[in-house]
Amino acid sequence: MAIMNSTAPSAEQILGPTPGQILRRKIFGHRGIVIGGGIFLVIVLMALLAPLLAPYDPYHQDLINRMAPPVWQERGSWEHILGTDQVGRDYLSRLIYGARISLLIGIMAALISGIIGTVMGVAAGYFGGKVDLVVTFLITCRLSLPVILVSLAVVAIVGGSLEMVILVLGLLLWDRYAVVMRASTQQIRSLDYVAAAQAAGCSTWYILAREVLPNVMNQLIVVATLEFAHAVLLEAALSFLGLGVQPPLPSWGLMISEGRNYILFDPWLIAIPGTALFLLLLAVNLLGDGVRDVTVPENRA
Amino acid sequence: MLLYTAKRILLAILVSLTVSALVFSLLYLSGDPATALAGERASQADIMAIKAAYGFDQPVYIQYFKWLAGALQGEFGESVYFRMPVIDLIVDRLPVTMMLGVSAMIFALALSIPLGVLAAMYPNSLIDRAALLLAVVGQALPSFWFALMLIVLFAYWVPILPASGSDSWQHFVLPTIVLGYYATPAFMRLTRTGLLDVLSSDYVRTARAKGLSPAKVLFKHALRNAIIPVVSLAAVQFGFMLTGSIIIETVFALHGAGFLAWESISRSDFPTVQAVLLLFSWFYIILTFLADLLNAWLNPRIRVA
Amino acid sequence: MTTTLSVENLRVSIPLAAGVLHAVRGISFEVARGETLCLVGESGCGKSLTSLALMNLLPSRAKREADRIALNGTDLLKLGERGMAKVRGSSMAMIFQEPMTSLNPAYTIGNQLEEGIRLHKGVSAKEARERAVYLLEKVGITAASSRLGQYPHQLSGGLRQRVMIAMALMCGPELLICDEPTTALDVTIQAQILHLIKDLQREFDMAVILITHDLGVVARVADRVAVMYAGEIIESGDVGEIFSRPTHPYTQSLMNCIPVPGKTAHGERLGTIPGIVPSMIGEMTGCAFANRCGYARDICLEPLVTRELVPNHAVRCVRAEEVAAINAGETLRAGSPA
Repeated sequence: MAIMNSTAPSAEQILGPTPGQILRRKIFGHRGIVIGGGIFLVIVLMALLAPLLAPYDPYHQDLINRMAPPVWQERGSWEHILGTDQVGRDYLSRLIYGARISLLIGIMAALISGIIGTVMGVAAGYFGGKVDLVVTFLITCRLSLPVILVSLAVVAIVGGSLEMVILVLGLLLWDRYAVVMRASTQQIRSLDYVAAAQAAGCSTWYILAREVLPNVMNQLIVVATLEFAHAVLLEAALSFLGLGVQPPLPSWGLMISEGRNYILFDPWLIAIPGTALFLLLLAVNLLGDGVRDVTVPENRA
Repeated sequence: MLLYTAKRILLAILVSLTVSALVFSLLYLSGDPATALAGERASQADIMAIKAAYGFDQPVYIQYFKWLAGALQGEFGESVYFRMPVIDLIVDRLPVTMMLGVSAMIFALALSIPLGVLAAMYPNSLIDRAALLLAVVGQALPSFWFALMLIVLFAYWVPILPASGSDSWQHFVLPTIVLGYYATPAFMRLTRTGLLDVLSSDYVRTARAKGLSPAKVLFKHALRNAIIPVVSLAAVQFGFMLTGSIIIETVFALHGAGFLAWESISRSDFPTVQAVLLLFSWFYIILTFLADLLNAWLNPRIRVA
Repeated sequence: MTTTLSVENLRVSIPLAAGVLHAVRGISFEVARGETLCLVGESGCGKSLTSLALMNLLPSRAKREADRIALNGTDLLKLGERGMAKVRGSSMAMIFQEPMTSLNPAYTIGNQLEEGIRLHKGVSAKEARERAVYLLEKVGITAASSRLGQYPHQLSGGLRQRVMIAMALMCGPELLICDEPTTALDVTIQAQILHLIKDLQREFDMAVILITHDLGVVARVADRVAVMYAGEIIESGDVGEIFSRPTHPYTQSLMNCIPVPGKTAHGERLGTIPGIVPSMIGEMTGCAFANRCGYARDICLEPLVTRELVPNHAVRCVRAEEVAAINAGETLRAGSPA
């Protein structure tokens, strides 16, 4: 008799794993995301739970106990696990609180520049024409300015502080957002479902919010992670050069700068905050790469 | 091609002007530059004197045009701190920065391009993973920290290189490595991605189908196309490296233009700051323009319209 | 006619995350000098991979196995990459589907035409150039010598495909493989290119393998046809024989899908083939078409052999005779000639 004469595809052929399951599998299977995400989570927790984790007040100076070495060196003790700095502040506590500064600056600067850049980029990509011309010109001008120099100059003129650094970086780091969002929006704009929405009479706001934005979100996240890292790195550089966050704030960059004079005697003063910076930047880069690999694998670099 | 060049020149000029206006206006962020220049304990008379000497009493746009006109002739006034013409200062410091930039660029390209090529030829192999690791580490490594660690390592623990100064070529080794490594990730990734794309292209398949040797396919057909974006990136990265040199020169006490920038900024030496900012920006604009031209020239689709 | 290419039991498999994809599952065929063999089948049946397998240009992950692939007696399987590179472009040449992207945008037409022959035959630049001009004119490109200095982007799709054909012929190959050469071209150009290939075959006495999914192309150029489905050749023979007496149910269904002027009545429904191609991942036994075949029975799940019911007409169907009988009966009942 007739065997499996079904002409319709079988159930197994249609029902695969759901998109959600596929995504979850991809995320947790991706080594970069897992490692980067793990490290990032640790640092975030460190920042959030700083008052609970830090054994001492990061600003408390104990001049008798200056330059105490970390616990793994011969004169180190468990009282100050990572030693103390040149004015006797506990290094572990400063490290933990320093996470707050780096994360705060990274997030705020990425947010501010993200809003500016996304608005500019999406507008340029969607409306084209003169808007595009103006935005592209602005991007070119911004790209011609050396970011470090401008930040240094502004901070020198206006004065350095946490808020100032966030503002300056936020107002300067929007270029990549604008470029990427513009390109993505242009791509989406030319697709049929946008034309369909327009033909159906949807307002521009509606189209932007419901058709364009959800589809550029992936790229946005990737850029956001990159700019977060960029901001953290720049703040550290600025503080290192003395024109960023001001003492006695426990910025990791500042800690490196302050410890610079003692690298002969106690290289841990710069090794520890530097490693923390490196790990944070590494984690964020891995996360950004991972998000891109998972969502837009065609752009894999 | 001619039209393309003309358009690019026009764009470069417009951007240069806009940037110069921005640079000039930075001065006014503090409110009154004369007060800032005079310092905290200056008297009213001092401030008036400074205003007259530097022309701060004139309308802003006049000041701007005067400054711009001077800049185009290489006349930037006198450095407040160093007490010498700014242009002389810059000319004096430029060679060190250029030397550092060029050697760092050579180092970066020599390291990243072969690695990128190998990574693309053997994807997911050991060398591919090593190249990617190198890139990821390079992106996460703060250059000033890397510089300090290298100093500790090679100037103190294993003392084979000097820690600071700019007298001999050995003084440039560590700075070159740090600055070069800063640019390596971008080059490596671009080479790798570009070559991967090209290697899977139809025309490379055609070349193989003609029986050309793997070397010929790689060097003549694949790299020729894959290298185009790398060349324009190189021009652009050179600009970035120049700004990165600010940190490097400061850490290694190399007396270049980058160090000068930091010195003048931290001492509120406005004429010098403005000059350095403007020149760095203009240099960057020229580099981008050259990169565009090179890109177009290498791409027959644009060169032969 | 001398046999130029002889292929026995060619298999191509690609390891995937979900398992091993058996894209080509043991096909055998021959092509002779002056003869055009058309490999026809729907997307995914393995025909393009077959052509790449012959040239050994498969993607690195794919694995090729065969009992024999002989070009004029030389077993290509025994040649290493170096030996294969000597054969490619000189004894056997290939043209591809997308003329727009198959030429290197950075070099002139002349450069790309000449590099193959200079490598394989060691001729001088002047001789290579003369041959290039000769062949460009042969493929119908006017002002050939000035074209040599042009870049690919300056030519239209049809012109580029002609250049590709000229390039393939530079070293005088004995076998020309064309992978869907006209699919990416305008309909008006398609006919010209096919005509050109046929003319060149006659003039240069080549064996031609032409891969297509278009039965119209087959009708126009083929001497012999091999119909592929799910990685196997399910029917092969002379083109006239296959078109007039398709034996395999799949081939019959394909013929039913095409309206034929004179035979297909106005308003009559065109045939369709219900179902989808089965997954070729993992082991498969029996007929791959069974799940969509109206004549399928349990015996169709048993391992198959290719048989010749009529000389020079091979078919891979266990129930071929019964199917033929059923059709004959229906034809008789319907009262229309076959």
